[in-house]
Amino acid sequence: MKYLYLIWSNLKRKKIRTILTLLSIMVAFMLFGYLGAIKQGFSQGVDVAGLDRLVVRHKISIIQLLPQSYESRIEQIEGVEEAVHQTWFGGVYQKPSNFFAQLPVNPGEYLEMYPEFLISEAEKQAWLSTRSGAIAGRKIAERFGWKVGDRIPINATIWTKKGGEVTWEFDLVGIYDGAEKGTDTTQFLFRYDFFDEARQFGQGLVGWYSVRISDPSKSAEIAALIDAEFANSPAETKSEAEGAFVQGFADQIGDIGFIMTAIIIAVFFTMLLVAGNTMAYAVRERTNELAMLKAIGFSDGRVLGLVLGESFVLTGIGGALGLALAWLMVSAGDPTNGALPFFFIPVNYLLIGVFLVGVMALVAGILPALQAQRLRIADALRR
Amino acid sequence: MNVSKKELVTIHNVDKIFKRGSEEIHVLGGLDLQIPEGEFLALMGPSGSGKSTLLNLIGGLDRPSQGSVIVGGEPIDKLSERKLASWRARHVGLVFQFYNLMPVLTAQKNVELPLLLTGLSRSERRKRSAIALDIVGLSHRKGHYPRTLSGGEQQRVGIARAIVTDPTLLLCDEPTGDLDRKSGDEILDLLQALNKEQGKTIVMVTHDIHAAARASRTLYLNKGKLSTEAEE
Repeated sequence: MKYLYLIWSNLKRKKIRTILTLLSIMVAFMLFGYLGAIKQGFSQGVDVAGLDRLVVRHKISIIQLLPQSYESRIEQIEGVEEAVHQTWFGGVYQKPSNFFAQLPVNPGEYLEMYPEFLISEAEKQAWLSTRSGAIAGRKIAERFGWKVGDRIPINATIWTKKGGEVTWEFDLVGIYDGAEKGTDTTQFLFRYDFFDEARQFGQGLVGWYSVRISDPSKSAEIAALIDAEFANSPAETKSEAEGAFVQGFADQIGDIGFIMTAIIIAVFFTMLLVAGNTMAYAVRERTNELAMLKAIGFSDGRVLGLVLGESFVLTGIGGALGLALAWLMVSAGDPTNGALPFFFIPVNYLLIGVFLVGVMALVAGILPALQAQRLRIADALRR
Repeated sequence: MNVSKKELVTIHNVDKIFKRGSEEIHVLGGLDLQIPEGEFLALMGPSGSGKSTLLNLIGGLDRPSQGSVIVGGEPIDKLSERKLASWRARHVGLVFQFYNLMPVLTAQKNVELPLLLTGLSRSERRKRSAIALDIVGLSHRKGHYPRTLSGGEQQRVGIARAIVTDPTLLLCDEPTGDLDRKSGDEILDLLQALNKEQGKTIVMVTHDIHAAARASRTLYLNKGKLSTEAEE
């Protein structure tokens, strides 16, 4: 601690340079935190996907539909406990940018399949007894200011009603919460029987199935059995673990994880050069002072420690400010105004950030520090 | 008087060779020197004669190519780099021609620097640096940064830093070389007082005959050899 004053004084030597470097590091770590939250928004579904759930979709594409009759056939396959269907509605609420998932489902069996969706018994009963009833996740309800009892009009882009009408009206009978922080609370769920009866075409067809299996370690075998069951039929299936399905869905936008990681690596590499350059200059212009310190008894190791200490303090302050700023920005809400189902910086991501602060400090400071350590006093004092 | 005193520095058969590419430059050759405790020795000689090199060898800032350097009974040329650094911190005070103060630290913090290497508490360090500044007559300037001090004052801070650990040996490399006559005289008065009143052993490299006259003994170095008389 007694050297902290010395380190701090050295950093204050060129205030503008230090501040600019500090700001650069801060921006790098702010981006790291913020982009991390966005990446998490896309990948959280994969992380929280049920290990004991498979998704069965049309072999050709998710947009191809499957017969509703598959449900009972899937449930008869060995190892399958339960199957529920879902269908992508793809409607627009007020304006196209208000994106969120709307799915017609069978209420009772859907809530059984997804116990992480928490809803009161009264609201569940209301949904079961109201054909036009719908429930919404807490996040999406808060986003649009919905409350139970509201009538929600959604314009169909795919599923028009009989007679060509595009507007579907649903009665909001419940709002569900997530059992975990990562549970998706941006879905809008309504009754499949209401939907199937009123839609203009596609009766008896569904989007995909969620299947609960008895033994997650046999998911590959069970998936193969399901696909075999429907082989050579007009609607062949592709079954996979729920996590893989969610990942595939997210990948339709692009490999978000790769894009984010590439941006972060580019930013960090640039920052490493900036911080390394600052440290190299800081040592080069102080050769004489470092030699003086050695002359009065500072050991090679201590001088190395002082230079590395500067690197750690500089990067530490910049990194801490950057991560704190990212935290504040993420706390203020997601940039899509609620379209991302999850938007937070996970604790382990922050820990990775702290680790990266250390790595950056070490990499940026080690060469100048070694240079300072190896200074020959007699030579350096003559410069 | 000196005969009865213990030898503090004994240099025996020291060679110092610098290499510049494939060329070898013999700066010191077979040099012997004894410096008794409490002596104020001036080393004179033309530029490139090896005065500073000799001073560096005595202070453990450099190692001889051959021969031995014993200070206070310790063969310092045999010490590891780490031990040598620790030895310098305890036994040597250095005064440089261009002061070598840290511009980002106040006078007091500059003086405190060598004390960071000791186990002293913060308050004790502050107390000792205040005493050192008092000795050099700069108590009233302790909160000033080097850029706000005159050359003479900066050199006084340099001397305070050199004596703050109460070293055995004070090594001064052209301490008045960058000062005007008046400031230089004040610095020499101070060094003389430290030698006479506090018994500090001082080795001073200088080009200045006037400065060397303050020392109790003057040696001349020419072509790597010591003599008591300047070469014509």
